[in-house]
Amino acid sequence: MSDHEYTPQSKAGKWFNDRLPLLTLANHLTDYPTPKNLNYWWTFGGILTFCLITQIVTGLTLAMHYIAHADMAFESVEHIMRDVNYGWLIRYIHANGASMFFLAVYIHIFRSLFYGSYKAPREIIWIIGIIIYLLMMAAAFMGYVLPWGQMSFWGATVITNLFSAIPFVGEGIVTWLWGGYSVDNPTLTRFFTLHYLIPFLILGLVVLHIWALHVPGNNNPVGIDIQKPSKDTVPFHPYIVIKDGFALLMFMIVFAFFVFYTPNILGHADNYIEANPMVTPAHIVPEWYLLPFYAILRSVPDKLLGVIAMLSAIFILAALPWLDTSKIRSAVFRPLYKQFYWILVADVLILGYVGAMPAEGLYLLIARVATAYYFIHFLVILPVLGFKEKTLPVPLSITEPVLGGSPNLAMAKNKESLTK
Amino acid sequence: MAEKKTKRRDFLFTATYAVGAVGVGAVVWPMIDQMNPDASVKALASTEVDVSTVNPGNTITVLWRGKPVFIRRRTQDEIEEAKSVKMEELKHPEKDEDRAKNPEWLVMLGVCTHLGCVPLDQKGDYNGWFCPCHGSHYDISGRIRKGPAPTNMEIPEYKFVDANTIKIG
Repeated sequence: MSDHEYTPQSKAGKWFNDRLPLLTLANHLTDYPTPKNLNYWWTFGGILTFCLITQIVTGLTLAMHYIAHADMAFESVEHIMRDVNYGWLIRYIHANGASMFFLAVYIHIFRSLFYGSYKAPREIIWIIGIIIYLLMMAAAFMGYVLPWGQMSFWGATVITNLFSAIPFVGEGIVTWLWGGYSVDNPTLTRFFTLHYLIPFLILGLVVLHIWALHVPGNNNPVGIDIQKPSKDTVPFHPYIVIKDGFALLMFMIVFAFFVFYTPNILGHADNYIEANPMVTPAHIVPEWYLLPFYAILRSVPDKLLGVIAMLSAIFILAALPWLDTSKIRSAVFRPLYKQFYWILVADVLILGYVGAMPAEGLYLLIARVATAYYFIHFLVILPVLGFKEKTLPVPLSITEPVLGGSPNLAMAKNKESLTK
Repeated sequence: MAEKKTKRRDFLFTATYAVGAVGVGAVVWPMIDQMNPDASVKALASTEVDVSTVNPGNTITVLWRGKPVFIRRRTQDEIEEAKSVKMEELKHPEKDEDRAKNPEWLVMLGVCTHLGCVPLDQKGDYNGWFCPCHGSHYDISGRIRKGPAPTNMEIPEYKFVDANTIKIG
């Protein structure tokens, strides 16, 4: 946080700010000292905020035309697509917006993993982020049910049935979630309600996420603690605002490409068939962003253990700040971790691929190996690596490698050479 | 003296918390229970099916409580196959006699016990049903033989009202 006191220049501003210090907050946000070496991987926080606002605005407008009833939902979505002015545009933005949201959040999460942004003192930021990610998955899942197509219906059936794996009370919980003996109208109306609610919960958590971020300040590619404000920082406005804005424009080009050129490529054709409780589509798969977890679920041959493995794969992330025992944040100075990091990225991509394939033969074998490796990475490799790894010398400030000429030479510098 | 005072306060606090908890519970429970099946859903509990047109070796699917029910008229070969399976081979041991009171008719919920998909008829390694979602194989008695499903497909409550009519539920 900027330590200096802020006084508005105008008399009216001062009068208002004395009563509600909104201008102090605005000043804090514009002056907020930011590490000057932030690269483009740091622009996804702003991009994610844009995604959330886009989903809320398009979602609100869709809700003005959508009818949450099992007999009318499918038709009302077609009505939006064909009759409502620009309905096709708003719906395609909303549907592809979910995918873009997840694309951005995965980059954001993997950036944290690479640069160790989850480590002390940023554990709370990280955990709030994981809760946001969980809520995003819940919102995306329930949103996918609303068009009441075949994938909506059977996706809802499979996911809600995950709870039936709980011993003794599982069946009762599933009936309670459904409000009946199968996925039906009561399920649809409550999913609509919750789908409407969750984005606002996420919005609240985003405020906490940013608040918690502004206490220690941003991590940075070098991963060292820095003085704020100092030679190592620049004010958020205009430097980061412009950089975030440029990255957002690039992101919007990708977004617009999907919306205008291939609006259905990330969906499933089966969802343009109205829900039919008598027929399960031959090949049901979740949306792409849930595939790695789906692959983990299917790789375990036992129902309860499969569900536990899938949920653990998500919740293990919350324990990451304590599983990673290394004091060095950035992978730049961790030669071994850097390699394991890329193996993990490949592992998750492989899980995503086999999650989309039928669960048999070679695919199943690959899924099992990849699932095992996922847990080994977090439970064995990360804790051990912190003790075994020979890390590279970390620079004393962000400015040091720049002033010292070659960054690698500078990294090897010790404190004495700097104070000379 | 001081000790006695503390005890009286403790009692008041505990009593207040207890009454408060009962009050909160009384408000929260209706909020939770409203999500359970309502009276109109519960009212649709039984279905009658005319099975006179079903030939041996065929299956019909009817909807009961929003879920598909398979009614299969089994051939003599299928009945023998179902009866010949040894209990040790089964993940969820159930005799065919217990699953189909009239061996010619197998009436069961067409819902995979893994995650609730509808299995496909006359598919899979055991000549019965195969679930396309996660690859569970069921035999001609609807018993789980291979794959992630934990139990056999469920047999609903049903009875023959007359020779051609089955009442489910």
